[in-house]
Amino acid sequence: MTVLSLRGISKTFGAVAALTDIELDVDAGEVLAVVGDNGAGKSTLVKILSGVHPPDSGTVTFEGREVAITNPSAAQKLGIATVYQDLALCENLNVIQNLFLGHEIRPLRLNEVAMETRSWELLRQLSAKIPSVRVPVAALSGGQRQTVAIARSLLGDPKIIILDEPTAALGVAQTAEVLNLVERLRENGLGVIMISHNMADVKAVADTVAVLRLGRNNGVFKVNDVSTEDIIAAITGATDNVVSRRAAREGAAGHTPQEGRSS
Amino acid sequence: MSTDLQDERLRSRDGVRGVVSDIVDRARGGDLGVIPVVVGLVVIWTVLQILNPIFLSSANLVNLTLESAAVGVIALGIVCVLLVGQIDLSVGSVSGLSGAVLAVLFVGEGLPVWLAIAAAVVMGAVVGWVYGQLFNRFGVPSFVITLAGLLAFLGLQLYVLGTKGSINLPFDSGLVNFAQLAFVPAWLSYTLAVVAAVWLFVSGYLHARERRRAGLSARGTSVLAVRSAALLVVLAFVVWYLGQTRGVGWMFVFFVALVLIMHYLLSRTKWGRAVYAVGGNVEAARRAGINVKAVYTSVFVLCSTFAAVGGILAAARLAAANQSSGGGDVNLNAIAAAVIGGTSLFGGRGTAFGALLGIIVIQSISSGLTLLNLDSSIRFVVTGVVLLLAVVVDSVSRRSRTSHGRA
Repeated sequence: MTVLSLRGISKTFGAVAALTDIELDVDAGEVLAVVGDNGAGKSTLVKILSGVHPPDSGTVTFEGREVAITNPSAAQKLGIATVYQDLALCENLNVIQNLFLGHEIRPLRLNEVAMETRSWELLRQLSAKIPSVRVPVAALSGGQRQTVAIARSLLGDPKIIILDEPTAALGVAQTAEVLNLVERLRENGLGVIMISHNMADVKAVADTVAVLRLGRNNGVFKVNDVSTEDIIAAITGATDNVVSRRAAREGAAGHTPQEGRSS
Repeated sequence: MSTDLQDERLRSRDGVRGVVSDIVDRARGGDLGVIPVVVGLVVIWTVLQILNPIFLSSANLVNLTLESAAVGVIALGIVCVLLVGQIDLSVGSVSGLSGAVLAVLFVGEGLPVWLAIAAAVVMGAVVGWVYGQLFNRFGVPSFVITLAGLLAFLGLQLYVLGTKGSINLPFDSGLVNFAQLAFVPAWLSYTLAVVAAVWLFVSGYLHARERRRAGLSARGTSVLAVRSAALLVVLAFVVWYLGQTRGVGWMFVFFVALVLIMHYLLSRTKWGRAVYAVGGNVEAARRAGINVKAVYTSVFVLCSTFAAVGGILAAARLAAANQSSGGGDVNLNAIAAAVIGGTSLFGGRGTAFGALLGIIVIQSISSGLTLLNLDSSIRFVVTGVVLLLAVVVDSVSRRSRTSHGRA
């Protein structure tokens, strides 16, 4: 079932056409990876979906209805949650306080018990490995912080979660944890839009890959039907590109070709 | 097993010993809490007592509590602005202006005292609102806005006071009586101490029961009982010792009540969370849907209002408003008290109780050095050194927190 679909979305900043005629469909229980080089329009797309910038033209259909996402709270009300790359957590506050920031239960006499119980529920649902929710976020590792940020986005019972570069700042083990988390979101029936630079991650968890190039759609692939080389070719716009040339050179020199990074 | 203690990496911390080892752990990690200020207070009191045996006498301590109320209230406002990572340098001038407005309306114009007080307080709130607007609309650093305010309101204070430059408040007015002669009767003081201890125990017990019902870990009843008993002993001792002479002043009780109210607002309401969030990470607060501008405005309004209230208390205590009201070291004492009390200059850390502890340190130094007949020049130097020490402790513990992974 398609939860969110975009048709003919365009956005210009002055003379620059950041996005032109973008089409995108996200199903419930699907992980859609959006890939593209720097300046391909990934961030602009995230901002349109999360309500930071309204699109200039085109339609957004959410659960069968045409909707206008005019501001961030409108997006949240619809059920589109965004986890930004910088996570936007307050390091001086603890996990519960961060999870409920801006949505505290009982504003004039905070119900800490209810909030703590709900925090544990959320974190258990994600099988999160956080020993205590009463420690400040500063004490958590990068992967744990990512978990907290994702858990926070789940508070409003969203249908779609947008993850902006969820693994960019993480180590190997933490990346694996976040990828497990993405799979768990899919199992829970959410549509996940994952912006990523990392081909290995995309191949690992995504069902569908949408490639953006210079602000336009440049192909939508089922992950199982496509090789990393094909995706990179779509990203760069040529089969003979800097990545393939480098791979060929290293292959000739007797190294194993490096897989993965497009940047 | 409780929901929140299932992770195998958690060491179990039960009972009174668990609480103590928790505190030790936190201090090692740079989360010093009130330890530096308590240690500082013990050192300062010991030294001053050795230099002058009158210092710890009941009479002097009663005096000390009364003297600390006015600047303490101002420091409470400073704690709020520091929590959002801003500063208000004009609290001294605003308090002076507030005293002048009070005196002119009450004595000069003959208005009822409550109306004069209300006017002065509203004046403070308006000043804070203007600061908030300037800060939000034009993005001028609060440092500069309030520095301008410092000068402008000093000028306004001199203008309001007119050529005489000093207005005395009548001694028989309720306000002066409140600040100088009104003391809590002994039986009521003890009752309040008992009420505080019982309330601490009952609220702690109810909270623990609610947590256990929700399947979370909770403090044991023995820990709660020890805590309440300790509070009772401390309060009863304070009441008894101060009761040897005049007792506990109503003005000091008023100050403590304000501290308790602010503590509740900061730690138990949505607004308080927003204040800490804005001080910790403005961008995160904004994206969480917090109205950041409203938080800044509320905090500036609160700070200036507290400054105005402090000015009223100071005028009542002195029974006069004059050109030097709110001048001199009032500004820096208030800021120093907040910082010494553990409020971070970097925003996002500190408690309302910090203002209470901080002002007692500052006032102890001031009172002790006055008893030694030392010149105000030396008092300034010593206060400056103590302030510097407090800021160094803040910076060092911040660094230690970063390395131990506690914000």
